Amino acid sequence: MQQATKPGGHAIETTGLTRRFGTLTAVDHIDLTVEYGGIFGLLGPNGAGKSTLIKMLTTLLKPSEGTARVAGFDIVAAPAEVRRRIGYVPQLLSADGALSGIENLTLSARLYGLSGAALKPRIDEALRYMGLADAAEQLVKRYSGGMIRRLELAQAMLHRPAILFLDEPTIGLDPVACLSVWDRLRALNREHGMTILMTSHFMDEVDELCDVVAILHQGRMAACGSPAQLKAVVGEAASMTDVFTHFSGGRLDEDEGGFRDIRRTRITAKRLG
Amino acid sequence: MSVPGEFVAKSLAIAQMELKKLFRDPTELFSRAVQPVLWLAVFGQVFSRVRGIPIGSVGYLAFMTPGILAQSVLFAAIFYGIAVIWERDLGVIHKLLVSPCPRSALVFGKAVSAGVRGLVQAAIIYLLALVMHIPLRTDPLAVLGVLSAVVLGSALFATFSLIIACIVKTRERFMGIGQVLTMPLFFASNAIYPLALMPPWLRVVAGFNPLTYLVDALRALMIAGAPASHSLVANFLVLTVVFVLFVIVAARLYPTLVE
Ligand SMILES: Nc1ncnc2c1ncn2[C@@H]1O[C@H](COP(=O)(O)OP(=O)(O)OP(=O)(O)O)[C@@H](O)[C@H]1O
Ligand SMILES: [Mg+2]
Repeated sequence: MQQATKPGGHAIETTGLTRRFGTLTAVDHIDLTVEYGGIFGLLGPNGAGKSTLIKMLTTLLKPSEGTARVAGFDIVAAPAEVRRRIGYVPQLLSADGALSGIENLTLSARLYGLSGAALKPRIDEALRYMGLADAAEQLVKRYSGGMIRRLELAQAMLHRPAILFLDEPTIGLDPVACLSVWDRLRALNREHGMTILMTSHFMDEVDELCDVVAILHQGRMAACGSPAQLKAVVGEAASMTDVFTHFSGGRLDEDEGGFRDIRRTRITAKRLG
Repeated sequence: MSVPGEFVAKSLAIAQMELKKLFRDPTELFSRAVQPVLWLAVFGQVFSRVRGIPIGSVGYLAFMTPGILAQSVLFAAIFYGIAVIWERDLGVIHKLLVSPCPRSALVFGKAVSAGVRGLVQAAIIYLLALVMHIPLRTDPLAVLGVLSAVVLGSALFATFSLIIACIVKTRERFMGIGQVLTMPLFFASNAIYPLALMPPWLRVVAGFNPLTYLVDALRALMIAGAPASHSLVANFLVLTVVFVLFVIVAARLYPTLVE
């Protein structure tokens, strides 16, 4: 298996990246550098701006201010170049329940310009890699949560992206399904050399997977470093939860984690049902 | 791949999957047959007794048949956008928009699938006409023309529906607007009465209504000696230009669905 191409420079580099919704500043002057090769974790309470940041980096949202380069290209000036080099699994459900696994993959592959003889081997490989070969012909609405996530990973890896963006990859999954998703993420990172940027609310997931972690709080960067570094800052024998609590204010703010955010998270957790 | 080649290939990829989903659950297709039956078998039967409608030598039932086909095309297509709102609430659209597929191909692919779906409406109407002994043109060229007009009209109104979906973004508002739009579009057209019968202001409104041109084309292609207001070429030209404009606008608005 060939390695994902790694253009020179950083995987992600943002300068003063900002997004406002009306009077609300969801992402507030973020300066962030992510190097190729690792798994980068983005943490923060509900409404901290994680999804908004990811949407800007994946060219779904235009920044209100600031710039970002992803895989070497400017997200505003060259969004098409960025799109060719990234994969994305949204916080919401992105596989089509009315199609089978293989049909979902075929659609993705064709939208990324794969066709003819190149198509089938890629799809078969992705199915096998994600442990879905036996379920390929089934309609996705009959998949379990873990299978859907793995299918979405299969879709996101088809075109061998250099960088993979995952918004809460294990939300709503049972512990066993979580383990299988973690295993596959690590494999994509190590065997395919894909740089991964993921958000998460689960501290053991972050501990388990991430080399570098950034904590967002009210749209601002509250901390950034390796889990070990951050723990050392907070105190002796601090856990990742202590780190999170320390840097995100340690209480539920009035103006975040509100109804809107919780509602969206819950809808996500319900997924297809 | 060349740019037009890429556009066609990716539109087809979208259209093919859309059609797969559609024919996997065809209940909706058949429920769409109910309305045309009511209009032709009930409304049409009654109104064919009214003598004062200036429609030339064709019977009223024959006159209104193309109108009812156009209407069923409109009604089927105008709610097409609800699927996009559904996809937006799930997250499917997010994934499509992060792919390097041109936005216009995402829209055009959906329009093509809606166009093909419209063919089912045509089949229903031809079947009804056969059962009810409504005299329709059956020469292959005419039928081919009808099918092309139906595909074009379905694609046009489905794209219009996508535009509305991109603007209103929620299911509730979309259903409301859809309900409000269909009847005025239908009545401000020549579907069940000729333009000549309309008060002047309504005739002006009908002139801006794409449905009028669809009906006019269908009428010329379905009925021998039908009264047509415009030439076939003019009708197809208007429909094509409006469709292309709609695709451009919808492609522009599509990314706002995920903002
Ligand atoms: N389209 C939008 N319009 C208005 N406000 C928005 C929009 N999208 C996000 N927001 C707001 O921006 C803030 C950040 O939202 P975002 O979804 O980025 O948070 P998050 O960190 O991903 O939260 P969660 O952990 O709940 O997923 C929230 O206050 C949210 O309500
Ligand atoms: Mg989020």
